[in-house]
Amino acid sequence: MSELFTSVEDLAERIPDGAKVALAPDYSGCSMVTARALIARGAKDLHLIGVPSVGFQGDMLIGAGCVETLETAAVTLDEYGPAPRFMAAAKAGSIKVIDGTCPAIHAGLQAAEKGIPFMPVRGIVGSDLLKHRDDWTTGTDPFGEQDGPLVLVKAIQPDVTLIHVPLADRNGNAWIGVRREMMVMAHAARETFVTADEIYDGDLLADEQLAPGTIPGLYVSAVSQAANGAWPVGLFGRYGPDDAHLRDYLERARTDEGFASYLDEFVYAPKAAE
Amino acid sequence: MSAELAPEELLIATVADMLDGLHHVAVGAQSPIPGSAALLARARSGGSLRVSMLGSEAHSPFTDGGRELFDCAAQGRIDAFFLGGGQIDGQANINLVGIGDYPNTKVRFPGSFGSAYLYLLVPRVILFREEHTARVLVPKVDFISAPGVSDEDVHRTGGPHALVTGRCVFDFDADARRFRLASVHPGHDVDEIREHTGFDYDVPDVVPETSVPDATTLELLRGRVADEVAETYPAFATRVFGTADAA
Repeated sequence: MSELFTSVEDLAERIPDGAKVALAPDYSGCSMVTARALIARGAKDLHLIGVPSVGFQGDMLIGAGCVETLETAAVTLDEYGPAPRFMAAAKAGSIKVIDGTCPAIHAGLQAAEKGIPFMPVRGIVGSDLLKHRDDWTTGTDPFGEQDGPLVLVKAIQPDVTLIHVPLADRNGNAWIGVRREMMVMAHAARETFVTADEIYDGDLLADEQLAPGTIPGLYVSAVSQAANGAWPVGLFGRYGPDDAHLRDYLERARTDEGFASYLDEFVYAPKAAE
Repeated sequence: MSAELAPEELLIATVADMLDGLHHVAVGAQSPIPGSAALLARARSGGSLRVSMLGSEAHSPFTDGGRELFDCAAQGRIDAFFLGGGQIDGQANINLVGIGDYPNTKVRFPGSFGSAYLYLLVPRVILFREEHTARVLVPKVDFISAPGVSDEDVHRTGGPHALVTGRCVFDFDADARRFRLASVHPGHDVDEIREHTGFDYDVPDVVPETSVPDATTLELLRGRVADEVAETYPAFATRVFGTADAA
């Protein structure tokens, strides 16, 4: 294995306290295994960016006290209902929430991937979101083809994009299929850390069928092999969410004590047993 | 078809009727009833209606990541979409952020998702909220995630078409900036709706009852559509249609 390859614990070490970390939603590619390692190492003051939302991964990191700021269009556990640790933190005022909207987050990342300072976005005018964002403003079409205000959002450059994918190869190429929000995230971030269910024996870019859905290794700083690394959420095309486990999480995460028992059992105890 | 009509089935059929004749309907997160309605309308369309469902692997055509739905909408390629709200007011403003003085909200909602954008760009936005109470349907929302109406100079090609709740259907009149009671679901009445609605709205002299789905529609809904929706919303499909729970 090349020096690209490392352990999940090392990935967690290389995401420093205070880092701006872009995360995919639960239905895309979540590196839950690294989220657990971040909690285990006691990560602090992270600025999470949901692209465009976060789910269990965000809820867990918030509950464990790793998060200072959450920039997202939503926190959603889909059919499982409200996110308990997020709700508790929002109520207590223990995290700062930067409320956004999905297309503005995508556009901010697109500005960063193009190396430009901002991006115009349709809609949003008249939303109270605009009043609370100092990184959004309005302008006008300099070519005069459209009347009225146009929202401009500042580029979003994450320090780290953290994702889990089905396949990565020895050159750090990471296959994401049609989950191309992860491509934009990788392009936009200073560094991208990837965990992969499986290491592909060959060059993903040499395969005409796989290459179009592959993040080139040039954007990838480190890879760690982690079978089932998205568990307990699902991974597209591979496995679904672990329903019983997620229901157990929800039940426990309703209280501080219950959530602590969850972390003890699934984050700290496995770590101590290593 | 022996089983009684479930309340969810009435809502699905009601929403589906608003989608007939359209070409492309998109469905966002956490939307089992609108999603079922879109799949029902598709099943009846003879192949002319396209449905794009967020969170689905089988019913999403997008290959360019999360942004593609939004790019499509800005180009006018999406005819209908669904939005809800923790609060909805009489001018069709919706609040998905929280109750209280933002950012110090007393009750926090999940967040605005794509509402601030899609509400302005999708021609037929159907507001859907099953809970019809004065705490949801308020005179004025505490936070505008997305505005129901805009000033003249704002580029706006979309907006609210109707509001469907567990008790009734309202139409929205964009010129008057008001809702109008369009139909009342079986088992509910006009006075009850007035009592549980926090905002003012217009009431015509005669308010029809919301029509119930016919046997053909129900068969389609409980068969093909139930199976299709189970992929994205297994718990919902099991509860409403009794489909086998895959989990």
